[in-house]
Amino acid sequence: MSIKIEHLSYVYGEGTAFEKKALDDISLELPDGQFIGIIGHTGSGKSTLIQHLNGLIKATSGQIYYNGQSIYQDNYNMKELRSKVGLVFQYPEHQLFEIDVFTDVCFGPKNLGLSQEETEERAREALEQVGLGEEFYRQSPFELSGGQKRRVAIAGILAMKPEVLILDEPTAGLDPKGRDEILDQIAMLHKERKITVILVSHSMEDVAKYVQRIIVMNRGKAMYDGAPREVFKHYRELEEIGLAAPQVTYVVNSLKEKGWDIKTDATTVEEARDAILIALRK
Amino acid sequence: MLRDITLGQYYPVNSIIHKLDSRVKLVGTLAFIISLFFFKSFAGYAVAALFLGIVIKLSKVPLKFMLKGLKAIIILLLITAVFNLFLTPGRPLVTLWKLTITYEGLRQAAFMTIRLIFLIVGSSVMTLTTTPNNLTDGMEKGLRPLGKLRVPVHEVAMMMSIALRFIPILLEETDKIMKAQIARGADFESGNLIKKAKSLVPLLVPLFISAFRRANDLAMAMEARGYHGGEGRTKMKPLIYQNRDRIAYLILLAYLVVSIAIGRLSPV
Repeated sequence: MSIKIEHLSYVYGEGTAFEKKALDDISLELPDGQFIGIIGHTGSGKSTLIQHLNGLIKATSGQIYYNGQSIYQDNYNMKELRSKVGLVFQYPEHQLFEIDVFTDVCFGPKNLGLSQEETEERAREALEQVGLGEEFYRQSPFELSGGQKRRVAIAGILAMKPEVLILDEPTAGLDPKGRDEILDQIAMLHKERKITVILVSHSMEDVAKYVQRIIVMNRGKAMYDGAPREVFKHYRELEEIGLAAPQVTYVVNSLKEKGWDIKTDATTVEEARDAILIALRK
Repeated sequence: MLRDITLGQYYPVNSIIHKLDSRVKLVGTLAFIISLFFFKSFAGYAVAALFLGIVIKLSKVPLKFMLKGLKAIIILLLITAVFNLFLTPGRPLVTLWKLTITYEGLRQAAFMTIRLIFLIVGSSVMTLTTTPNNLTDGMEKGLRPLGKLRVPVHEVAMMMSIALRFIPILLEETDKIMKAQIARGADFESGNLIKKAKSLVPLLVPLFISAFRRANDLAMAMEARGYHGGEGRTKMKPLIYQNRDRIAYLILLAYLVVSIAIGRLSPV
């Protein structure tokens, strides 16, 4: 049970003046149950990459295997793949359309051909997972706040019970509270349902706090791939491609430059606190 | 699928056609379209095809891209051709059951098809080589005399430019929402007509909402930047005729005279 990407390339608008190489020979393995972060500058190919994973875009060349089966083989059941690999787009609240929250969340499972009871059961479960109670069921999705709308949209994907959940910038445009709530809920889902989560983000702090593995995209290539502390060691290179490391990484590094005897691989506030305390006790 | 609609999409390359004053291109397109309706013979269309071919070549826009616009009107073309083929009275050529193809019908069908194709390709040349902003600038300046007759030229031009500008935005948005709904298991392709129409609801509702949101944002942004209509508004890049534009007008005039002369006088 995993996703395997082999030599994936994708070219936009081949043969026209708009031709652009969006993905360039990417090979990755995404094993089950991992919490993976994908970071990269705007236009680095992150969004294009994740749309390949559930077959929305077909690669120009290369292969993708889901559970050992090539998704590009003839007669491959794309509909099933899309239910297994749930993709939450950027600003997912823009896709809401039903008269009330509950019906909207039912849209996904209903498309899978489930029975009415099963559909409603899943919708209820999904709404509970994103922290929306029954008082929201009969409200119009357009009357909710931005954060609530987004949770409804995420529930719409969760109701399909995906094995892999991909979220493209799930916190864009939310206030700090809404951001933390959504990320905590996603982390909880990962822990409880043991699903693979792929988080595309701009925020190094978010990524460092939640994920086990980071993939850095740059100009259509996977530039770095590893644990956060490994990847953020390259903070100077990350800066060159328009990214950065978490702020605490800079703090510990400048302390080191000032002559402190301190470990510099901290990526979260807690790790930095511990490293500083250890250094002070020496 | 959605990228097939090229009307209103600018193709950014550097060519002499791109550099022409947008008024020249507007007048040129209009003249070209009018010329199409003057021809009584195929020779006229041959001249028009030659002229159009040269312009396309000069514009450096791939022919494939120009012809994409035709995909959208294939049905219209077929209907026009079939109706003309069977319903024009004249000398019978072939009789199929109760339907008769006449010599005049065949000729009429060919004329109409060629006209429509040239019409679409001709206007695609203009929209592909001129940015929407440039186009409406040209329109505004070209139509300014009408302002004296209390025609709201500036407002119309502004509406046009906004409408044109929104075509690619809404296409992109449609693409995005479509993908998002497909990711939720939506199916836009299979089923009968009623099912297909129903399946569009999850696409159209978000699209309308997004269009209204964008319109609202745009109105707000325009007001915030002090937009108050056309009066006293100056341009950063005012349109001024260059020598190449004058030459283009002369070529256009030559084309009109030659093509209409040949198109009306030639026996074939």
